[in-house]
Amino acid sequence: MINQNVDLAIIGAGPAGLASALSASENGINKIIVLDRNDWLGGILTQCIHDGFGVEETGESMTGPEYAEMYIKKVKKKKIKIMKETMVLDINKKKEITAVNKKGLHKIKTKKVIFATGCREKTRWHIMIPGDRPSGIYTAGVAQGFINLYNKIPGKNVVILGSGDVGLIMARRLKFEGANVIGVVEILPYASGLPRNVVQCLDDYDIPLYLNHTVTYIRGRERLESIKIAQVNQNMQIIPKTEKEIKCDTLLLSLGLIPENELAKKIDIKIDKITGGPIVNQNLETSEPDFYACGNCLQVYDTVDALSIDAKKAGKQAAININKKNGKKSKSIAIKPGKGVRYIIPQKIDKPGKIHMSLRVKKPQKKSKLTIISKGEEIFNKKLPWVNPANMVIFDVKITREIIKSSNTIEVNID
Amino acid sequence: MRNFQVAIVGGGVIGSAIAWELSKYNINVVVFEKGSDVASGTSKANSGVIHSGINSAPDSLKAFYCVKGNQMLHSISKKIGLEVKWIGKYVIAKDERELNELKRLKKVGIKNNVPDLKIVNSDKVNEKNVNCKSALWVPTAGIVSPYEFTIALAENAAENNVKFLLETQVKNIKKTSNNFIISTNKGEYKSDILVNAAGLNCKDIVSMVEEPDFNVYPCRGEYLVLDKNYSSLVNSMIYPVPVKELGVLGVHITPTIEGNIILGPSAEFIEDPDDKKTTKNMMKSLLEEAKEIIPKIPDKAVINAYSGVRCKLASEKEGGWADFRIQESKKNPNMINLLGIESPGLTAAPAIAEDIKKMISKKIKIKPKQKFKTAEPKMKRFQDMTKKQQTELIKKDQRWGRIVCRCEHITEAEVIKALKNPIGAKTLSAVKYRCRAGMGRCQGGFCTQHIVRIMEEQFKINFKNITLKSPESNIFYRRNREEKQ
Repeated sequence: MINQNVDLAIIGAGPAGLASALSASENGINKIIVLDRNDWLGGILTQCIHDGFGVEETGESMTGPEYAEMYIKKVKKKKIKIMKETMVLDINKKKEITAVNKKGLHKIKTKKVIFATGCREKTRWHIMIPGDRPSGIYTAGVAQGFINLYNKIPGKNVVILGSGDVGLIMARRLKFEGANVIGVVEILPYASGLPRNVVQCLDDYDIPLYLNHTVTYIRGRERLESIKIAQVNQNMQIIPKTEKEIKCDTLLLSLGLIPENELAKKIDIKIDKITGGPIVNQNLETSEPDFYACGNCLQVYDTVDALSIDAKKAGKQAAININKKNGKKSKSIAIKPGKGVRYIIPQKIDKPGKIHMSLRVKKPQKKSKLTIISKGEEIFNKKLPWVNPANMVIFDVKITREIIKSSNTIEVNID
Repeated sequence: MRNFQVAIVGGGVIGSAIAWELSKYNINVVVFEKGSDVASGTSKANSGVIHSGINSAPDSLKAFYCVKGNQMLHSISKKIGLEVKWIGKYVIAKDERELNELKRLKKVGIKNNVPDLKIVNSDKVNEKNVNCKSALWVPTAGIVSPYEFTIALAENAAENNVKFLLETQVKNIKKTSNNFIISTNKGEYKSDILVNAAGLNCKDIVSMVEEPDFNVYPCRGEYLVLDKNYSSLVNSMIYPVPVKELGVLGVHITPTIEGNIILGPSAEFIEDPDDKKTTKNMMKSLLEEAKEIIPKIPDKAVINAYSGVRCKLASEKEGGWADFRIQESKKNPNMINLLGIESPGLTAAPAIAEDIKKMISKKIKIKPKQKFKTAEPKMKRFQDMTKKQQTELIKKDQRWGRIVCRCEHITEAEVIKALKNPIGAKTLSAVKYRCRAGMGRCQGGFCTQHIVRIMEEQFKINFKNITLKSPESNIFYRRNREEKQ
């Protein structure tokens, strides 16, 4: 066992891990370690070779690897220890991390932990598509990795199920590589990816988007031969007699992402059932003191820019609080998603001040109004020209000491 | 043309068990398997139950081989490094009528020499989530991973010089005066003795030599797999009283060796023996039937579905039940046919294999090998080892320190070991069934790239020849750009 003592251990060297490490270092911590299971830094960004990264943050549109490189360069200038090809096997509440790499087993004792463990893709079995079990079915991210990192094209005639951003990006990517992209099938009445991706990835290349449709059957004993798709009604039930067969050899699944919190769950960190990520306060500290969460393991972000801003906050807060003893828990209030809101982060506030919040709405709608209600009274409102589940709504709210003192919950609504 | 003394058609659990039994002797044995790995058919997709013998009619071959095979598994499991969990099973009764059925089953069991059977009231049923009035407790029933069982038999046989020819389909068989000439897609082979262990294809093999006097009625069974988070729902197997009409045991709830729970199988007679699809209706009804037994099963617990096909010799009209047929052909001596080997075939396999060896020993002289290699005890997975063991292994070979499957914590060394298997199976499924890489929550989302990399770099497999489970199930189509040499 190789032993180390650090002030801050960050699990994951994707954009969240890098941004939080940088910010922690800038805020005065010297002994920082970042652990990542891959043999590269930047996480999933490395395979995202399309552009559009960094626009909000820097005003410049970059590719995923360029955006990652921007952070990698900065991180490398700091005194931050990075361990690649290192898998965290275990963690406990005493803040001891067990990890493994080619050198052996490592025990890392730390004062603070930041989870930046990212997310994974939903598979065929999340929606239980019946039929055969051939090859030729990939999650969109796996296909993206094979094409962009490993120089391998998975197929010729492609259907994409799910209009999440990765699916939309992959529709265009495969088109570029000469594949016949037959269409994108989406069970909802609207695309689940960003509107800009629908335009830039599908519309610009005449790739059809089948809304209110789903895949009902998979056929092919060896390699995929065809799929069946059918129309669904408002309750997402299949409408009889609308089924049709589409010949294809490849089915990409873009069904959504699941935050990876297997480690956090090991130490009983409370998980929000809707986001799938830890319940956090305004500092992105989880239900276990000294453990923070940021990036896609906290919530699946719409853009890396918003993700990095939050991750920096986690790094900064871990740094500020590095030597602070955990005293008595101060009074906190819960922030509840109300009408029209699917979830909101943070889920609790225990200190007054300007609170940075992000939420996702349930349904797309025009002209909306965001309101925050405390004890029946509106304490904040904001007009929004439109809202869309694909785009996070991000805003700052001043929460006073009185609000925290006088109530237990506040509710956020979108009308 | 290569000569063998014994040719076995089919690398399922029966063919592999026979191969293993024969590998202890100084004879030349070959196994023809049309799939890219052993356990590619019925042996892969079943409940993985080591049956006790209460479900087969007294004096049937099914009962005889099942009870004997069950006993043999205690010692064989150690020899081939196989994990068996003797968790026992409850057959549950919901009312008086079903209780009578339990009494009947118990009688059958006693006739078949199944020990320690006991009918208990619901308060004595050690399963708090199960809905029943009374139950028959069958302590001698156990579970294995059916593909691990088959693979363990085959690999140990291969280590003892049985030749396994994968992706080798028998196309034609010619009987000459003193041997069989077997034509396959990979060339012709000669053998003195022919063992037909072709499972669902047993009739096709017979037809190549003589007119078959039987029919095969494929009967599909679908299963649902529950997430490991729900493994505490039951500790033993839970069976309803058997469905009389179809000659099957009904939808039961079975823990697996890996800690999942499976629900199934359904029973549906089909035309095409290779039609291993799953259907929406069956997925729905399996869950409903299982919920009648365990109301606590949540709808969202299902994480996977698969199906397998039974080889039945009786049609649906005939009631679906027929005994095994294990016999030498009268018209063509030296051809040994194993027909209609369905449940409890997995349990019966070692006992059947022993009898086949006896039959063969009467035809050719067999002598025990002096140097039979017993399989190494199944190595613990990296994640189940002690920290000391882990450290030592990494010191010896760094690849033990490289986790490539994040969900199940499988290391690069374990993937390499799986790919170096002695029968030469090299598909992604072959890796998955040997070391579990790709079986976890992400279903290969993270590890596939690593397994592909290992196949290319360390086994020099061209990326176009990397397949999921069979020669036609390719993963890649072409490169984006040709790489400069």
